[in-house]
Amino acid sequence: MLSGQSSRTWQKGSVVSKGKGLLIDTTLCVGCGACSEGCKEVNNLPGEVEEKLTAHTWTTLSEHGDEVYCRHLCMHCNEPSCASVCPVAALQKSPEGPVIYLEDRCIGCRYCMVACPFNIPKYEWDKLAPRVQKCIMCHHRLGDGEVTGCAEACPTGATQFGDRQELLHEAHRRLRENPGKYVDHIYGEHEVGGTGVLFLSDTNFATLGLPANLGFEPMPEKTWEALSQIPRVVGVGGSFLFGLWWIINRRMELAKPDGSDTATQGKDQP
Amino acid sequence: MSGRLSFITFWRAVGFILIAAGAYAVFVRFTQGLGAAANINDDFPWGIWIGFDILCGVGLAAGGFTISAVVYIFNIERFRPIVRPAILTAFLGYVLVVVALLVDLGRPWSIWHAIVMWNPHSVMFEVAWCVMLYTTVLALEFSPLVLERLRWTRALKVVKFVMPVLVILGVILSTLHQSSLGSLFLIVPEKMSPLWYTPILPLTFYVSALMVGFAMVIFESFLSSRAFGKELEMDLLTQLARILALLLVVFAILRFQDLFERGALTELFPWGLASTLFAMEVGVGIFIPLILLAIPRLRQNPRWLYPAAAMVVAGFILHRLNVSTTAIEKATGISYVPSWTEASVTLAIVAAGFVIFSLAVRYLAVFPEGPLAGQPKAAR
Repeated sequence: MLSGQSSRTWQKGSVVSKGKGLLIDTTLCVGCGACSEGCKEVNNLPGEVEEKLTAHTWTTLSEHGDEVYCRHLCMHCNEPSCASVCPVAALQKSPEGPVIYLEDRCIGCRYCMVACPFNIPKYEWDKLAPRVQKCIMCHHRLGDGEVTGCAEACPTGATQFGDRQELLHEAHRRLRENPGKYVDHIYGEHEVGGTGVLFLSDTNFATLGLPANLGFEPMPEKTWEALSQIPRVVGVGGSFLFGLWWIINRRMELAKPDGSDTATQGKDQP
Repeated sequence: MSGRLSFITFWRAVGFILIAAGAYAVFVRFTQGLGAAANINDDFPWGIWIGFDILCGVGLAAGGFTISAVVYIFNIERFRPIVRPAILTAFLGYVLVVVALLVDLGRPWSIWHAIVMWNPHSVMFEVAWCVMLYTTVLALEFSPLVLERLRWTRALKVVKFVMPVLVILGVILSTLHQSSLGSLFLIVPEKMSPLWYTPILPLTFYVSALMVGFAMVIFESFLSSRAFGKELEMDLLTQLARILALLLVVFAILRFQDLFERGALTELFPWGLASTLFAMEVGVGIFIPLILLAIPRLRQNPRWLYPAAAMVVAGFILHRLNVSTTAIEKATGISYVPSWTEASVTLAIVAAGFVIFSLAVRYLAVFPEGPLAGQPKAAR
């Protein structure tokens, strides 16, 4: 039953390492904000670019001291918490790489917002039919061989779009060929099981506002440990309770001197 | 007698005000959106509508499956007088949880999607299915009261025949989703204070639900004695009190062994609001009632027993609110205070629970006549 859905919702051990991704080299970023503007344009998002992520601003830029900038957007996790917690699979990891949102499925429980380790999904709090909104890696454009709005708008190449595997190779090449220039780590290569968005930086990632306490284990595994107990609870618990009821009932019937009929009737009066 | 009447009149007025305010708040929510009615936002997407209405609502209704298991599976006859009030509480609790959910969900008209759009890896999916199925089971377990009144004897016979199966189903479904409400938070260890996040959240949620189920039955007997002059025999209440004390011990050991093992108690310092809330949760919810219930002379006296049960209920509510709000506030530095409209929806739902419960007691045979202390106490 589940194998048909393997690319759609979270499944233990189904690491999607293929698919598209973004490489963001913060050392190349000049803080122009063209990525945020480009995102608004190609996704038809109303209003000005806001300082924090909102339902209408899907990527932001934060400044950290002297000419150091960092982008904030959906990380498109290989094993996304949001897709794993969504009761109706309104959020899904698409085979192409982006984590996408299917409005028509959503019931509005907002568990995705609670669960996301990067606090990415935002909500239309003022709408009567609100949607969860976040970067979808321009999923609608990828079919035509186009790149994301942010990568297209970036004048310095700080944001690059491509196959995640190739971007990883490129990132490793930059680390190798520029010893001492970067922090020796690709943020997103292994974090929470790997993310589609990868960061290179010459500054500590935590100071850039990227969560440093997440570890490499995919978050959905924490839940899976509990969820995988269900068949056991149903099977063992069910037979135990039924057996218990049968034994006790039988004994009580046998204990009655005047036969099982009256015993059953007496018992059934609640 | 007049004292009892004015007691009822006073609470009727309170109930009316609460329900009116809640109705206004629901109107705001459905005309201006979630953001206008509640202080939940992008930084704090779940407030008391989840933390109280759902997490506490489901937990407080746990008496339904425990008592019915004791009576129908273990065949312990002396608990039969409380099986009906317990099932009524549970049924009412679950119906109100669903009502609250319809207010909290952004797209409530899509609630049925969980039936056809599956994601078996979601705890919320499991909870949705269990709540759906268990509410159906509870409706059937409750149906004899209505069928008796309608004198539909054949349907009554069928329901009574399948009762053991319903009860076993109820225990399994409850075990699954009572624990899963704790599992909801397993995926966000980094967003919660270690005082409340633990890998054993499913277990602590399950045990605390078992515990508060018994406390609620005792507490309801008190309410019913004040409102209808009917209460349970002291003998039976004392039995319940002993079970409650035992479960409190189990919960306390689980909770503190886990806190010690993870070295989480250091999080209490520097002392802050979260630490005070933690102290209240374990003090009022565990230790004081445990002392009261452990002393036979006190637990046999309604003057001590009823407050002890009320404290367990209050401590339980505080614990779940702490898990769902305080723990997140402490770990993320985000502050959340519910708006008055948000709170009034919750209070209105509680008030509606009391109103429907008392209507049911009046028109259906909830408290059977025989084993009760029964007669209205004119002396009061």
